[in-house]
Amino acid sequence: MFEGWLQIAIFVVVLVALTKPIGLYMARVFSNQRVFLTPVVGPIERLAYRALRVRPGEGQDWKGYARSLIVFSLLFWVALYLILRTQGIQPFNPQGFRSAPWDVNFNTTSSFVTNTNWQYYGGETTMTYFAQMAGLAVQNFVSAAVGIAVVVALIRGIVARSGRAIGNFWQDLTRTLLYILLPISVIGALFLVSQGVIQNLGHYQLVHTLTGGQQILAQGPVASQEAIKELGTNGGGFFNVNSSYPFENPTGLTNFVEMLLILVIPAGLTYAYGRMVGSQRQGWAIFSAMFVLFVAGVAVVYLAEQHGSPAQHAAGLHTHAFAGSTGGNMVGKDQRFGIASSSLWTAITTVTSCGAVNAAFESLTGIGGAVPFTNLGFSEVVFGGVGAGMYSMLLYVLLAVFIGGLMVGRTPEYLGKKIGAREIKLVSLGVLFTPLTVLLSAGVASAAPIAKRSIYAGSNPSGFSETLYAYLSQANNNGSAWAGYTGFVQPHPPGNAGAYGLSFTDLLGGIVMIGARFAPIIFVLAVAGALAGKKISPAGLGTMRTDNPTFVFLLVGIVILVGALTFFPAILLGPVANGLSGRLF
Amino acid sequence: MYGGFGYLLRRDLPTALIAVVAMTIVFGLAYPLAITGVAQVVFPGQANGSKVSFDGKAVGSKLIGQEFKGRAYFHSRPSATGYSGDVTFFGNAGPNSAELRDAIRENLAAYVKLNRPYDHSLTREQVPVDAVTESASGVDPQISEANARIQAHRVAAVRHLSLDEVEGLISAHTDGRSLGVLGEPGVNVLQLNIALEEAAPLK
Repeated sequence: MFEGWLQIAIFVVVLVALTKPIGLYMARVFSNQRVFLTPVVGPIERLAYRALRVRPGEGQDWKGYARSLIVFSLLFWVALYLILRTQGIQPFNPQGFRSAPWDVNFNTTSSFVTNTNWQYYGGETTMTYFAQMAGLAVQNFVSAAVGIAVVVALIRGIVARSGRAIGNFWQDLTRTLLYILLPISVIGALFLVSQGVIQNLGHYQLVHTLTGGQQILAQGPVASQEAIKELGTNGGGFFNVNSSYPFENPTGLTNFVEMLLILVIPAGLTYAYGRMVGSQRQGWAIFSAMFVLFVAGVAVVYLAEQHGSPAQHAAGLHTHAFAGSTGGNMVGKDQRFGIASSSLWTAITTVTSCGAVNAAFESLTGIGGAVPFTNLGFSEVVFGGVGAGMYSMLLYVLLAVFIGGLMVGRTPEYLGKKIGAREIKLVSLGVLFTPLTVLLSAGVASAAPIAKRSIYAGSNPSGFSETLYAYLSQANNNGSAWAGYTGFVQPHPPGNAGAYGLSFTDLLGGIVMIGARFAPIIFVLAVAGALAGKKISPAGLGTMRTDNPTFVFLLVGIVILVGALTFFPAILLGPVANGLSGRLF
Repeated sequence: MYGGFGYLLRRDLPTALIAVVAMTIVFGLAYPLAITGVAQVVFPGQANGSKVSFDGKAVGSKLIGQEFKGRAYFHSRPSATGYSGDVTFFGNAGPNSAELRDAIRENLAAYVKLNRPYDHSLTREQVPVDAVTESASGVDPQISEANARIQAHRVAAVRHLSLDEVEGLISAHTDGRSLGVLGEPGVNVLQLNIALEEAAPLK
């Protein structure tokens, strides 16, 4: 296992090393300062403001900011739905795909607009290249930028000395897209192509294999989508089997780079935060809390997967590692990633709201599989989605400040701002909305006979895991899946002839994704607005510090407490039942 | 200046409409088409699927595995999709699935039965996990080195090659860890079988 731990250690070191430079760069972008790309991007940026009729620097109050965000997302929802409904008349459609059913389109549209990328469809059997590029990949950029804009607005609210403005949505959106997401995607995409990720617009290719058989190789503009899919923590695969497919992720190196792309912005945002609030220690404190929970998850998955599964052992298979064999649970894992790189990816994609996978989650061992559940149970605050993870964590920080304040008997304050009843009400709503959505929707879906058709594994812990994870994932805008669960029946793939959706599953999921994305965003912006108007009072002797290990401990405790108390019973019935009993079903 | 329904109609709606159109063009067409253009010029081989040829004809991609049967070839891992390159899905067998136990048990017995006649010391305990489990992608191009070493006995005997020669071919088609540390080493089955056909054709 030494080589495995070494890879994990290297990844962690590189991630920590990148956190500061990327964080510094982003802080300058968010503060509307010059960066090294300004000479190139500046003219495009100014052109964008003219086209959008936006006056850069003109601040919006939280309601104005929220309204722009909602109108923008709503229009894009309509645009994406129309694109998915009109596949039959689109260019870049060499396979002649028609549209998937309306209910599946509803789910997919809601999924990509909310940065979830939950997929009931398989890309290579369902989508035209036009829909992948101009529909889905556009949302990979845009929904990521929306998440980042919201956290920037919240930070402005925290540091504002007075007034109501929390920034300009259109400006934050434009700068995030042009200075951060696009340049990194361009470099990332070209690197991925150089390593073997495909990038073309051609017809699927029929080859006559070495032994005289036939194999059809699906093609497409994959690399351009792969880069932003990881960078924007979107996660929607070009192919159905996502980043396990060699045309998305051909080598150990691409796997490493893709994992970095997933985490670099969420990690960098903690440093950018420290920069913008004027105290790097505040940023590192939040980074530390996230880091501890992340590393613990990695270790648990790796150890559990290396141990192997009850089904393997019952079959008489020896799962120990020896020279030339990884050992462990290789069911649903590819050889080039083995156990270590698959486990690391699994933890990364579930602490962030990415949801791209390089191994099959439903085939994870019980205890290994409990880690994705737990990570989602933390409401994606451990690094989390781009922007979304940070703003959700800041809600937890405010909650920790409040609880800490109660414990020591002081008025809670954070960075010089008193946290009052209004803020705490909004924070509580923001923190509890997503878990409540999960429990409610997973409960309804488990109880409703009509939803049984969506389950693959049957009436056992794995079947229950499918349902619970489906709504955990959709509500937390993650998008990874216990992939047996389905809302789309496609009898003649590739192509949508005779295909139909499972409406209940598709619609419930779509509504859950939209609600659990935009309701918390509105609460967060309201918190930003409430904080923006507060005066900053100097820290005194009685002020509880929020940049030391004690506070990190408190924060981690509260994240675990809220996540564990909410989901522990449900997780017990699913993966933990599998992991502890060893019984076969 | 911020509020009201009028503001929404006058400012937000037009701006959002322009943004939707402009961003779709820039990120949905200009970006992927530009990347496609550059990729086709600079990395045409990779961008079009890293094809490998035998006898001057493309027989597949070095990144996408193929199914091999019979005693004369190295066999790829079991696959949920039958090595489909255009309809992919996970097997989704759970860790506590009795069906999975039965499938692995069958694969294990078949693997030992196929290779034991050529390697009399082969026991079930020595069979590496990758040889009897389905991959994630369904088209795993690789097998583990241990898996290849076991099959080498069979392939060498059937093709009348020495074990050393076959093991040399295995080493030549083993991809190490990226940069020496990342991922796991694996033997590319398609490229290895092509090399076999070139070194010792069946007919």
